[in-house]
Amino acid sequence: MDAFIIILTGSLVAVSCALLGSFLVLRKMAMIGDAISHSVLPGIVIAFLVVGSIDSIWMIIGAGMIGVLSTFLIEFFHQKGRLQTDASIGVTFTWLFALGVILVTYYAGNAHIDQDCILHGEIAYVPIDLMYDADGNAIGPKAVIILSFVLGLIILFITVFYKELFITTFDPDFSNAIGISSSKWHYALMGLVSLTTVASFESVGAILVVALLIAPAASAYLITRNLKWMLALSSLFGIASSFFGYWLSYLLDGSIAGAMVTISGAIFGVCYFVIVLRK
Amino acid sequence: METLIEFFSFEYPNIKYVVFGTILLSISSAVVGCFTFIKKKSLVGDVVSHAVLPGICISFLASGSKDPFLLIIGAFISGWVSILVMDAIIRNTKIKEDAATGLSLSVFFGIGILLMTYIQHSGNAAQSGLDTFLFGKAAALIGIDLLAFSIIAIVVLIVVFLFYKEFKLISFDPQFAKVIGLPIRKLEFILTSITVLAVVTGIQAVGVVLMAAMLITPAAAARFWTNKLHKMLIISSIFGAFSGISGAFISYSTPSMPTGPWMVMVLSIIALFSFFFAPSRGILVNSWNRFKIQRQLLEENLLKTFFRIGENSNDYFQDIEAGDLRLARNFSSAQLSRGLKMLSSNGYITKSGSAWTLSKEGHDKGKRITRLHRLWELYLTKYLRIAPDHVHEDADTIEHVITPELERRLEQLLDYPTSDPHQSAIPSR
Repeated sequence: MDAFIIILTGSLVAVSCALLGSFLVLRKMAMIGDAISHSVLPGIVIAFLVVGSIDSIWMIIGAGMIGVLSTFLIEFFHQKGRLQTDASIGVTFTWLFALGVILVTYYAGNAHIDQDCILHGEIAYVPIDLMYDADGNAIGPKAVIILSFVLGLIILFITVFYKELFITTFDPDFSNAIGISSSKWHYALMGLVSLTTVASFESVGAILVVALLIAPAASAYLITRNLKWMLALSSLFGIASSFFGYWLSYLLDGSIAGAMVTISGAIFGVCYFVIVLRK
Repeated sequence: METLIEFFSFEYPNIKYVVFGTILLSISSAVVGCFTFIKKKSLVGDVVSHAVLPGICISFLASGSKDPFLLIIGAFISGWVSILVMDAIIRNTKIKEDAATGLSLSVFFGIGILLMTYIQHSGNAAQSGLDTFLFGKAAALIGIDLLAFSIIAIVVLIVVFLFYKEFKLISFDPQFAKVIGLPIRKLEFILTSITVLAVVTGIQAVGVVLMAAMLITPAAAARFWTNKLHKMLIISSIFGAFSGISGAFISYSTPSMPTGPWMVMVLSIIALFSFFFAPSRGILVNSWNRFKIQRQLLEENLLKTFFRIGENSNDYFQDIEAGDLRLARNFSSAQLSRGLKMLSSNGYITKSGSAWTLSKEGHDKGKRITRLHRLWELYLTKYLRIAPDHVHEDADTIEHVITPELERRLEQLLDYPTSDPHQSAIPSR
């Protein structure tokens, strides 16, 4: 049962990330995703300090705001300061991440969060951390409920606004010309990415989320030219990473999140060699 | 204050070592960071710093010891491999640089985390302390570790010193470097190798994740203060060294404070300060200049419009309504009210009822702009053979920046003309 819940949690994280990651990869913004996932740390730590854990959607949104703020900052330094994008990303996210680490260390006693948790989360605790309804009956593991909600939101967003996302991704000039603001959709997407990184934080940590955003999407991007197929395949790869990752970590007695990422890297490796050899 | 004196008197040899070590590490990464910055490959440092983790774990697993030289070799190899993987993905597939960077970074790191947790759970007693690589521990820089990392930092600095000219060339203009026969591939190999080395040494102090900042942030901050590479190297080293001392001091005075993140914090504050307040390149100076230019453009465009309306009816000092100005040229209402207020306070126009009248100064200035506009139009048609209906836009931009000297040259070149390509008179001076 525990194994099932852990794999389920991992899959929820991986599918959410894969769906959003597909758009990030196509929009050439993978590193912005990386920056967001590091930058949300101070927001998460403050949320932890205030309430003790991240278990309401409002906390997630609050902490996620810092992620969107970081994309604003990157854009601001790039445009107003004429700082090249790579440096703008590098300066912004390390700064916010350092702030987060300082907060964690300083308040180490008060918050249920430590440095290891930042790096790779602790998905193994998910089955014990239950959510209760008003009468005190357990509904289910907290992380599963929150992540299902986030995944539902992402699927809803992509299905309802598929056309807008499609057009702003592939031809932003055209979309601007016909009155669909590409920057508005850019920030909507960034908002969802921050939301997902915050929600996934306890399970996989701030950094390994990046791998789940990029690796399945990049693997799918290699083998298909169709966006719908890419979304489906990357989700599938995400679920596979979660499933095999769990067993790999069981085998090695190591971090589950680390193992999930290792598997997603291996999937990419297979796709890469298939493509390169067929050339 | 007392702690400050205590700290800088270096009473405890330990402090001396830690300060010495962090300064050396900061400087070597700041110097190397300048080159990756100029090559616009700052995030390569981020990739390498994450990617050294599996190398450290594997060399520990293979040797069973924490001998710094063995760990460094492992870290060096896996750092290099991550760069090769990234390049191979970019070269062989349609995946772009950003995704290849993020992919290589996060997957290597994930493997590293898996291996590290595997080592931790394996019950090997020798492993304790291996996780200092994750967040760094400058205070642990003592004995053989300090020696090992200092040697590498010094090697990095010496290599940069020896190959300064070559590195400068391949960073700014690799094409040119190739043409004049420099061994590009070898130089790139050396530059990448010292980047990896700088990262490997730096993570001991600040850790895997924040190492990127030690490379990127000093260079980015220094770039705002100078246009010269050698000055940039010096300034970024100073920033790096300062952050090293501050980080060491903060964690000395408040032992619960981590050195690495504070070093990055100090660096980031320096960088943010530079972004906003640096002279000539800073955001504030820039915005102020842009504001001034926009004001000048608006002022001159308005006066030109006044002048042209006067020209059409041959009465330069008539009353002109704001609506007439908008008919003649597309001003927004906000621009118009702001611009007219500005002009009247400068004495170029005077208000009479709801209308405005040009003053003598305003007339002269409007005339000069119109004159420059038409001179330039004529120059474009005559010397660049551009069709007369295509020259207006260009003249509209350049009329604001032509100096009196240039004006005289144009006149001379065009043989003191009296009318422009559209047969409008060019007003005399």
